[in-house]
Order: sequence, then structure tokens, then C-alpha cells
Amino acid sequence: MAHEPLSTEDIIACLDECLEVEFSFVENETPAQAIVKLPRREQDFILNLTRRVAGTNIKLAYQLACHAIRALEAMEQHMVEAWAMTATDHYDRKGLLPAMSVIRDLDSFIDNARKRACGAVFEEQVSVLLPFLHGLSGRKLKLNSADRAYTDTETIYLPPILTTLPEMQENFLLYKATLAHHWAQIQYGTFRVDLIDIYSNDANSEIQLKKFYALEALRLDACIQRELPGLYRDMQMLKQKLNQLDNQHRWQDLQTILSEQHSSVHTSIELVDKVKLEDCPELFCYQGELQLHAVREIMNKRIEREKACFRVALSEVAKETLQQTACDETENTGEPTKGETAMFEIREPDAAQSAFNDGTVELQFEGELVPTSEHIRKLMSSIFVDFGEIPSEHLTAAGPDEYDLSKYEDSKLDPGEVWKDTYHKEGVEIYNEWNVQRQHYHKNWCVLREIDVQPVYDSFYQDTLTKHKGLLKSLRHSFEILRGEDKLLKKQPHGDDIDIDAFVEACGDVLSGMEMPENLFTKIHKEKRNVAVIFMVDMSGSTCGWINQAEKESLILLAEVLEILGDRYAIYGFSGMTRKRCELFKIKTIDEDYDDNVRARISNIKPQDYTRMGVFIRHITRMFNDIEADTKLLITLSDGKPDDYDTYRGEYGVEDTRQSLYEAKQQGIHSFCITLDEKARDYLPHMYGAANYAVIDDVAQLPLKVSDIYRRLTTG
Amino acid sequence: MQPKTLKPEEYFVKDEPYYQPVDEEIAVFEAAYAQCLPVLLKGPTGCGKTRFIKYMAWKLKRPLITVSCHDDLTASDLVGRFLISGGETIWIDGPLARAVRHGAICYLDEVVETRKDTTVVIHPLADDRRVLPMEKVGEILEATSKFCLAISYNPGYQSVMKDLKQSTRQRFVALDFDYPNATLETEIIVSETGIDKNTASQLVKFAHMTRDLKGSGLDEGASTRLLVHAAKLIRDGIKPVTACKTAIAQTITDDADMLTAMHELSSSLF
Repeated sequence: MAHEPLSTEDIIACLDECLEVEFSFVENETPAQAIVKLPRREQDFILNLTRRVAGTNIKLAYQLACHAIRALEAMEQHMVEAWAMTATDHYDRKGLLPAMSVIRDLDSFIDNARKRACGAVFEEQVSVLLPFLHGLSGRKLKLNSADRAYTDTETIYLPPILTTLPEMQENFLLYKATLAHHWAQIQYGTFRVDLIDIYSNDANSEIQLKKFYALEALRLDACIQRELPGLYRDMQMLKQKLNQLDNQHRWQDLQTILSEQHSSVHTSIELVDKVKLEDCPELFCYQGELQLHAVREIMNKRIEREKACFRVALSEVAKETLQQTACDETENTGEPTKGETAMFEIREPDAAQSAFNDGTVELQFEGELVPTSEHIRKLMSSIFVDFGEIPSEHLTAAGPDEYDLSKYEDSKLDPGEVWKDTYHKEGVEIYNEWNVQRQHYHKNWCVLREIDVQPVYDSFYQDTLTKHKGLLKSLRHSFEILRGEDKLLKKQPHGDDIDIDAFVEACGDVLSGMEMPENLFTKIHKEKRNVAVIFMVDMSGSTCGWINQAEKESLILLAEVLEILGDRYAIYGFSGMTRKRCELFKIKTIDEDYDDNVRARISNIKPQDYTRMGVFIRHITRMFNDIEADTKLLITLSDGKPDDYDTYRGEYGVEDTRQSLYEAKQQGIHSFCITLDEKARDYLPHMYGAANYAVIDDVAQLPLKVSDIYRRLTTG
Repeated sequence: MQPKTLKPEEYFVKDEPYYQPVDEEIAVFEAAYAQCLPVLLKGPTGCGKTRFIKYMAWKLKRPLITVSCHDDLTASDLVGRFLISGGETIWIDGPLARAVRHGAICYLDEVVETRKDTTVVIHPLADDRRVLPMEKVGEILEATSKFCLAISYNPGYQSVMKDLKQSTRQRFVALDFDYPNATLETEIIVSETGIDKNTASQLVKFAHMTRDLKGSGLDEGASTRLLVHAAKLIRDGIKPVTACKTAIAQTITDDADMLTAMHELSSSLF
């Protein structure tokens, strides 16, 4: 039954409450008088949305209430919700003023929404465009979004949204064509000459460059026509739709020259002076722009780096080959003569191979073909793309200490030193966080770092074994029973061997006139455990003392018995302070052996700060994606509610943790919590579900209980 | 036409199978056979390992007994077992024992799929002893020089759990297979299916595109076998883009975005 619409007073009361009018002093009568005219369903929608946004900021929520009716008139409810959430995202990332402008600039949002309905959006298409790009031959390029399409020869930048054409599919095709055009620039050598040098000294450099770019587009189109004829047809179709084919036809003669297989970037350069500016066609829809300075910077760095890496790799190959030859020929040592420069040669591919144009050339050393590693092949392919050949100066093996390759490696900042100097985000993982009041995620909210735990080689391990000697013996026994062993099943209809008892019995039956039974075989039934488990250990400050001690002992005992079972397991500690410092402490990774280092790390588990749980659960869920197992189990050892220095305390933290556990469940991960918090029954059933937690009243019982619970959890 | 029933040891490859040598694999296999050495064929799926062994069976004129290995395969499945017939037990040779008895080529396909305790039964056959102990009947079967043991595995997609043990692999002569180069692969597709060279060449380009995606969303690129399937569909009138989708893309991934990307690649080519 439909409810009666709310009165103005009801609406004002509702707005007064959620906008905290006693403190904010906002005037709610104006929005209320507008809202009252709506049907009840829409009234509820606006009031609910206002309440959700008020959880983030009151002023923002008030603006929303004032503009929501106009938004509802122009858009569907889900788009109005998206508008409100865009504003809260802006608030999270940029502050109140940008968020307010999202609300106030409603027309712009509506306009964008319409465009998005028929346009292609980079973020949505990147998951298809990236593998498409990687499928095209050559260097493995990156893909990113920028205001205009261009490439720096390592990354292709595409606009965040394309709305040039009326249909979404056509706009997607335009993305594809733009991508292929920029790929072709790299692959077919547009940048094999320094265009800045050529066109910067001329007074008409801009005009000349414009003419060059138009000619080069025709050449690249011809390359695409040869390599990717289907895509070429699509590109022609796009040009036709945008009336750009006339441009092309104007230069028919030049196009014939540029379409010849041997034409290169030099052909385009030579033809520049033969065309008049007034004949110069406009840019094709997929052409983007040239960013020559970005190209020069990136290319110079890469060429130097790859030359060094290639020559060093060649020196290794030369050394191995010479040693091999020496071993084959004489008994003497095969050290190459020092001071001798090893020269390599290139064997050109045959005609059919070269059609692939991917730099598939072969290396020769002393007249013999040499096997090339994946690393060398990738380098050769990339060098080939830059030069159209492997330059002869690249083919001399590097001398000893000629290069220091470490200077080409990306310098990595230590995640552990994040607070020691300037705050940095290198090597971090960023996760969303659920805001229950907003009923929406804070995007890219939590910053997680994996931190190495320093091993401490003390007597903790031995002390634990001695202390729990009796317990460990019984745990070992109970886990040995669980171990997946082959069982001999008797009286089976099919099997590897004859069940003699059944057979003798059957012979007796036959002699007495009965029918021969069928179940006369034995069969080995193979039990297989395929369990992967990750233990998430609370390292918050509240675990200081007995709890920390009991957690560590539990982990030692558990690891001892898990070794018997053969289940794969990992152990991580978690703690942190605020969303910007969530730290996951690596104690044992899933494929690491349980050795002295792991034991020494367990020994060094120390209480840290707070327990912001959701982000860690999301991170571990992501880790589980790379682990193949029939059963994936996440067990949390904790001593209290999720908590942090900021607003994470209370309902917010519980709900975010619950949401992250729900996300884990959707990925097929079973979660279980073992806690020492006596009040946990008030919140754990809500977070983990009624049967997925255990409360341990006595800290001393933890070592026994953890293993016992694990045994129960992983048996049918 | 009625399907023909043969005993495993009676399966001789009568017609020469189409096989394009990539390297010296034929000569190496022949030498290994002459020296009674077992052979291990390594390589990605669909690159021609099985076709090669069929070709060698034809060339050496030996029966070919193939066992497709799986994780439920037991030693009894290979060596043999007792069955009950007319109230009595009778011994039935498994494929390995049959191959030894009849001097056949026994080809254990995807051998790492079997459990490690099953794999060890081939050990005495794969070293200089060349015998098959049959514990259940208390006999030892000695192989003649005509018998040949060949196993295959794909090092690319095996998990650490299913790696071939050193004690097994160090008994074999290993032949490494890979996809043939573009020219040869095109030639193979033309010969196998009769499609025109241009279409075959485009199919090979598509295969290279998918192989470039290995590790970037695909576990394996398109094999030569899949290219042959696609070419056969094209020869039968299916559009090349549809053939690439059904015979190649759909068989190597279920990921929706990856399928779309592969579709975009094939529609760019044809």
C-alpha cells in the first residue's frame, strides 16, 4: 500500500534532524516546500539521499536537498544517486568547494551523463583496449588516459571519453582506431627521425609539421591496411561518417607513393615540400597530436638503457658460447681472452617472417646462430622498433664493468621508511572503504603497505615447544588422522585388485546356486586436501602482554601441525594508524617453507597500533585470487572490535569489515574469526555470520583452541 | 561405414601422417629408438607432439599405444590387473605391458597428470634394465629392442604440484617442441586444410597476437591445432572472424573482456 505523502512539517523535521539544524543553522523551509510537491516515493528518495550525504558533510547535503528536485526532473534516480556520490567522492579527494561545485553545476553533470550514455568511456573500455594493444606486435606498451590522444613511445594516451559519434559502438571503434594509429606511429617508425631537429629551425616549422603529420597519417594508414585490413575498413568507415574521406582523396597521388611497402618516415618528410598548405587536410578523427618533447625524452632514456642491457646480455652469451666451444674442443679452460671484443651479427629473417615486422631477427656469433633468451628477444624487438634495425654499435658485447645496470633500475623506496622522511606512496596498494552511512565506498581510500618483519633468533620457538610438549603431541596425533591418505575400499564393482574375501564368499554363493555378486574388487580411494589458508593476526596495541604471547605460541603450534597436513598457509600480522598507514606484516607467505626464518619472525611479532580490518581483508582477498585451492580460508586472530585512530571506531568500522568479508565471500573465501574479546558476541555474528567465529574466554587456552578450531573447520 | 575395432597392439599407422619437421627431431628420435633410449616430448599444447609420435610410429613401422594420463590413473591401469571370468581370475595386460610384449611404441600423453607413485612404474623400463616388473603375477617382462617408451608433457602450465620428478625425467632423451615459425605454420595450415595461403597467414598472425597475450590475461596462446580447426571451419564457409571466435578465442579463455579483445583483434585482421 502506498504511503501518504509527507507534509512540509514532516519534511522540515526530517531535514532538521539529518542536517543538525541546531548547529548548522541551515534554513530547511525552501527545500521542504519543493520536496512536498513530490510523490511519497520520491520524497523518501531525496530525504534518504540527503541523510547519506549528511554523513559526509552537512553543507553538501543541504545543497543536495536544494538541487535534488531539478536533478530528479532531468535524470533517473540511479543517475541522481551517482551525482550525489560523485560529489562525496570529490569531497573525499579534493575538499568541500569542488564537491559543492559538483552539486551546483548540475547542468554540466546532466550533459556529461547524456554524453556517457552514447559515448565510450576510457575507464570502461580499458580492460578490452589493453589486451588489444598487447596483441598487436612490438614493444609491450602501456595505456593511460589524458586530455588528448598522443604517445610518448612507451605509453599511449587516450581521452577519458569519446563522444564524437552518435553510437557507443562507433565511439569504441574510434578508440580502437586511435589506439592502432598511435601504435603504428611507434611500430612503423614515425619517431625514427628527430622531428624536433627537422622542424624547429624553420620559420614555417608549425606549418611544415602539420603537413608532415597529415602525410604520415596516410603512410601509417597504408601500413595498417596491409597488416590489419579489417581495422582499416573500420577506420575508413569512421572517416566516411565524419566526412573526412574527401581530405584523403585530395592527395591521391601522394597516397600512392606513401602506400608503397618500402616507404618510410623519410618518404613523408620528402613529400612535405611538395604539398601546399591550403591543400593540407584536417587531422583525421583518430590522429590525436604529436608530443615530440615527450617522445624525445622517453626515447633517449630507453635507447641508452636498452643498449646497455643488450650489450651486457650479449657479453654473457659470448662468454657462455666461448666456454662451451673451449670445452668441446679442448680440455683446457674456456675463459675468453680478456680484451677481446665479441662481435655479433644479425641474420635477417626471411620475407614471410619480415611481414610480421616485429623484429624477429636472429643473432649470430662467430658464424653460428646463438640461442636467445626471452629477455634478449624482448630487447631486440624494442630496439628494432626504435631503429628499424639493430644498429651495429649495439652488437658489440659490453666489456667488463662497462655499464652499471643498477642506475637504470627504478629506485624503490622502502615502505617501512614512509614516515621517516617525506610521505610517499611507492609500493603501496590502494583500497576502497565502505561508508555505511553513505551506503557507498570511499574510493581509493586506504593506503596499504606490506612490511617485512625482522626475524629475531631467540629461544621463543624452543620454549614454546617445551611448554606445550604434551599438547603438541596430542595435536600432532589428531592432525595425522586428518592427513589425506589412501584408503582401501573393499567390495567395489570396479577396482585395481580382487577382493579375495568377497571373491571366496561369492564362490560359496555360486556353489550354493546363488547369483555371482558384482562387488568383488578393491579400490584405492585417494583423499586429497587442497586447502589454502591465510592467518591474519591482530598486532594492535591492545594485544600487548599475555595476548601477544598467546598469539605467537598459537602460531608456532599451528604451523607445526599444519606441516603434518601439508595444507598451504600464510601468516600476516596487521595494524596501522589512520587510512594512510595500514601495515600488513609479512610473517610467512603462502609458498614459503616453515623454517627458522619464519619461526624467528613469529618470535618478533610485536603489538603496534590500531585495527582497521576492512582494508586488510580486501588485500588478502586479492592475494587469494592468485592462489589455486579448492578451499580458501581466512582466519583472523583478534582481541577486539575493528578500531582506528580516526572515525573507524564503532558502527563504521564494523560495517566496513562486514562489507569486506562479504566481498571475500563472493570470491569463494571462507572467513572465520577467533577472538579473545568477551563482548564479541555482540558484533561478530553481524560481521562474520552466526557460525563463523569462536570466542576464547581464557588466553591460556588460545594455543590449543586455534589448532582445534582449524581441525574442525577443514574437515567435512 | 562401421567403426573398426582393433586391439591396441594391432594399431599400426598405415598412411603417412602429414608432419613438417622443425629441427632435427626425426633424426634424434630414430637414433634414440635405435639405442633403446626412451624419449620425452616437451612443448605447449597443440604444437605437434602427438602428430610427431604418430609420424614416428609410421616411419618405424611399430604399433602405437597411446595412454592419455589423468590423476586417477593407477599402476594397475598401466601394467594390468586380474579380472574374474567364469568364477576364475584371469590376468589382463595393461597398455604398458601390451606395448612391451608386442614391441610397440607406448606413448604416455601428459604424463605429469598422473600421481607420482604411478609414474615410478615406468622407471625400470626407462633405464638400461628395460624391464617391466609385474608384481601381481610374479613375473618380469623384458622389453625387446622394438619397444619404445615415449612420454609428453607441457612445462608451461603445470603447477609445482605436478612437476615431473627429476628421477623420472633424467631417464629420457628430451625433445623440445614449440610452435613452428610463421612460414612453416602457414604451410602446415595450408597442407592440413587446403585453405588459401593468405587466409592461413592471417590466421598465423592472429595466433601470434594471442601468444603475445600469454601472461597478460591468457594462460596459453592459440595452438597450431586450433588454427587448423579454424581453417577447417573457414574452408567450410564460416566467416574468418566467426571461426577465430569459436575455434580459437572461446576455447582458450572464458574471460569476457579478453574474449572481446580477441574478437577485436581478429576483426582487425580479416
